[in-house]
Amino acid sequence: MTKVTMTVNGKSVSGEVKGNTLLSDFLREDLRLTGTHVGCDTSQCGACVVHVNGEAVKSCTMFAAEADGAEVGTIEGQSNEDGSLNVIQQAFQDHHGLQCGFCTPGMVMSAAALLKDNPKPSEAEIRDYLEGNICRCTGYHNIVKAIMAASGQDVPAVAAE
Amino acid sequence: MPKDHGIGASPKRREDVRFLTGAGNYTDDINVHGQAYVHFLRSDVAHGTIKAIDTSAAESMPGVVKIFTGADFEGVGGLPCGWQVTDKHGEPMKEPAHPVLCQGKVRHVGDPIAAVVADSLEEARTAAEAIDVDIEELPAVVDMGAALESGATKVHDDLDDNLCYDWQFGTDTETTDAAFAKAAHVTTLELVNNRLVANPMEPRVAVGDYSRANDEHTLYTTSQNPHVIRLLMGAFVLGIPEHKLRVVAPDVGGGFGTKIFHYAEEAFCTFAAKACNRPVKWTSTRSEAFMSDAHGRDHVTKIELALDADNNFIGVRTDTKANMGAYLSTFSSSVPTWLHGTLMAGNYKTPAVQVNVKAVFTNTVPVDAYRGAGRPEATFQLERVIDKAARELGVDPIALRRQNFITQFPYATPVAVEYDTGDYEATMAKMEELMDIPGFAARRAESEKNGMLRGLGVNCFIEACGIAPSNLVGQLGARAGLYDAATVRVNATGSISVMVGAHSHGQGHETVFPQVVAEMLGIDESMIDIVHGDTSKIPFGMGTYGSRSLAVCGSAMVRATEKIINKAKKIAGHLLEASDSDIELKDGQFTVAGTDKSVAWGDVTLAAYVPHNYPLEDIEPGLEETAFYDPANFTYPAGAYACEVEVDPDTGKVTIEKFVSADDFGNVVNPMIVEGQVHGGIAQGIGQALLENCAYDENGQLLSASYMDYAMPRADDLPHMADYVVDHSCQTPCTHNPLGVKGCGEAGAIGSPPTVVNAVIDALHSGGHTHVSHIDMPVTPSRVWAAINGQ
Repeated sequence: MTKVTMTVNGKSVSGEVKGNTLLSDFLREDLRLTGTHVGCDTSQCGACVVHVNGEAVKSCTMFAAEADGAEVGTIEGQSNEDGSLNVIQQAFQDHHGLQCGFCTPGMVMSAAALLKDNPKPSEAEIRDYLEGNICRCTGYHNIVKAIMAASGQDVPAVAAE
Repeated sequence: MPKDHGIGASPKRREDVRFLTGAGNYTDDINVHGQAYVHFLRSDVAHGTIKAIDTSAAESMPGVVKIFTGADFEGVGGLPCGWQVTDKHGEPMKEPAHPVLCQGKVRHVGDPIAAVVADSLEEARTAAEAIDVDIEELPAVVDMGAALESGATKVHDDLDDNLCYDWQFGTDTETTDAAFAKAAHVTTLELVNNRLVANPMEPRVAVGDYSRANDEHTLYTTSQNPHVIRLLMGAFVLGIPEHKLRVVAPDVGGGFGTKIFHYAEEAFCTFAAKACNRPVKWTSTRSEAFMSDAHGRDHVTKIELALDADNNFIGVRTDTKANMGAYLSTFSSSVPTWLHGTLMAGNYKTPAVQVNVKAVFTNTVPVDAYRGAGRPEATFQLERVIDKAARELGVDPIALRRQNFITQFPYATPVAVEYDTGDYEATMAKMEELMDIPGFAARRAESEKNGMLRGLGVNCFIEACGIAPSNLVGQLGARAGLYDAATVRVNATGSISVMVGAHSHGQGHETVFPQVVAEMLGIDESMIDIVHGDTSKIPFGMGTYGSRSLAVCGSAMVRATEKIINKAKKIAGHLLEASDSDIELKDGQFTVAGTDKSVAWGDVTLAAYVPHNYPLEDIEPGLEETAFYDPANFTYPAGAYACEVEVDPDTGKVTIEKFVSADDFGNVVNPMIVEGQVHGGIAQGIGQALLENCAYDENGQLLSASYMDYAMPRADDLPHMADYVVDHSCQTPCTHNPLGVKGCGEAGAIGSPPTVVNAVIDALHSGGHTHVSHIDMPVTPSRVWAAINGQ
């Protein structure tokens, strides 16, 4: 067992982990941050995306020990300080960008990472970026809309082009 | 001005906040104190005889609580099939045993041989590797044609062969043959409806718990219908009476049919929790899901369409082989029969329709309902053969369909169902308008300038949803009623809990159902909550599938709310010293008609619970009503879809350039959610048409057992916003349920596959590749390229 210490959603946490404990398991089972979901075992689906030192990472594909000392952000830490939905979360609700909700945390985390690097992505850029996030419910249409809206773009105008 | 609340409005979904903040409660988020973990040792061969299982080394490994094999389940029932199909000779279908853990034989890759329960999942997995299983491998039966050959290896030794049933339905043979004999033209098409895996993003999970104190079992499970699981598992598998068995399906991350069925892992965890005296948890990996979740589709069909000299459809005859896999999953037998044969008339007034289906056992994962379940298979055959006929006859495919539309309702088809209402011309016209059909020629010319082939595909479809009238399905072999139930519990201060049998796993019931009750009572939606997914909290329910939630369970909720209104009017009449027949309810106020005398909703609800001034001699205190609703008929949503594709003739790559759906769902309660359902269904239909394929090799090895091999649709596989319209403005309300709703969950998955394939064939013909009359799904670049090049 190895002791790890990291900052998760702004709070310092530590725990004892095995060398093969995945970051997703550490978050879900040790910290009980169950908003991070695991939808596959081949690093394809993206339901487990979190931020590690500001970058989008599939937490099922990183050992908890590798995140020692890192700044980790999960879906539980995304809301505004007053508890209200942040801009991306709110856009997902406004545009019906989620149905069953299982892929949603990963989608929101990926969207945040995209918008950090590319504040006004085109529709094609959004669709391309979501290659690593699978949603089975929405057909992505409203997810794409939500991300465009969260970036301040006029969604009806894009749709009418 | 669109409504901002009640029926017809699109309020933001209330369930979203918890899902967007990581506060959802999915089954894998549930840990019960002291729980152990199970790992299933699954067969890695498709077919074999189990000669011996030696668990001795594994039993002494660290953390192992107990190891189970088939022998531990000898006194336990097998997994039941919920639908008895009678074949064309009047014989019942063959119904082989489906043990919880394999007994004597393994019959598909993934069949569970043993289960290790241990303190941790890692210990369970490690110990499973130490189990020594001696399997004598047998030849695998994979191809349905080979499975039906005389002398084929049998999947089930106690059956005569691999035929589950040979079913015939619809118009009799003499009449059908006569129609074909007088035909001026017959179009024949052989096609495959490819095997799919539903792939809800949340893998299945089961947590079994047992209380010795009161002999009560609890199962937390990823189910679309917890009461059905309680009934099937309690009564048929484990022998636990309902009052000692609670089934909870909390937030469920998508279902699409595959979470309807009762699975071995649910029964195992429930059984093992008692046997180990510890809670037992199983979480499927995605790889396990591919080899244990029931698959979908997998039909091979020959369809013939007979037309007279005026191009009127005069006969349809089909011959289908339907793969059941190795065992009969819960509703498997009904999918190629009653959910498929009954739809073979489509939107057309064809007088003779005969459907033949052979259901076949193979050494593959069981096949059962997947979004659409039988109806996509029916639609695909019919709409492909119509398109082929139009091409052969040199007529416009839209005109050919239009000419043959059913226009008078109600309409009794030759395949046992009666369409209550519809307007197929309206959806066709709407589709044509939105698609800008006249502009197609210019768009094709533009594509051709870029070296691409452009095709236009159209399709019409009908579904039977709102499943289902119990007396009818009972005659057809269903072993359950298909009504639903709701309890409306009005609290003293006027807030309401509605306990519903339908389960919401993405459909937004928690938002939509209160819209209906709020509209009926004239109170704010925020005063109403929906409770679902727990057999201890809900009176009963048959669950969510077959686009039935609002049409059936919603109707039960309306009936229960009507009972509430009737009682509340009696109370109001008493308070207002008027006859209850003179009381009107509007905007949450009870008013004596023609006067300004009124009492508020809250005054009446309070009086019901504090009955100091109350007609106790006439009515009981309290305000809670339950209704069970059994639909009088199926509902029949219908639509017209169109798409344009570009095909790259050099690579065979197909791109969807434009997609339009025009659906008739009857009345629509929440347009935003309806459109979301259609988007999702269309994505799955496009996935089937272009990407997805569950593939086995000739030895029964599953080749597509991960997302590396099974092509799920990604965001960039689907049409862009500007080229994509889903419309539901054509509305012929259902005539027999109180909301006039028909159901919208499956339409997209039913309507889109033939639309896409028709468009691809059209594109190839425009490029002179007129020898290509069909390409089986998924229409991958390699298949298109091979078809173009005559390979």
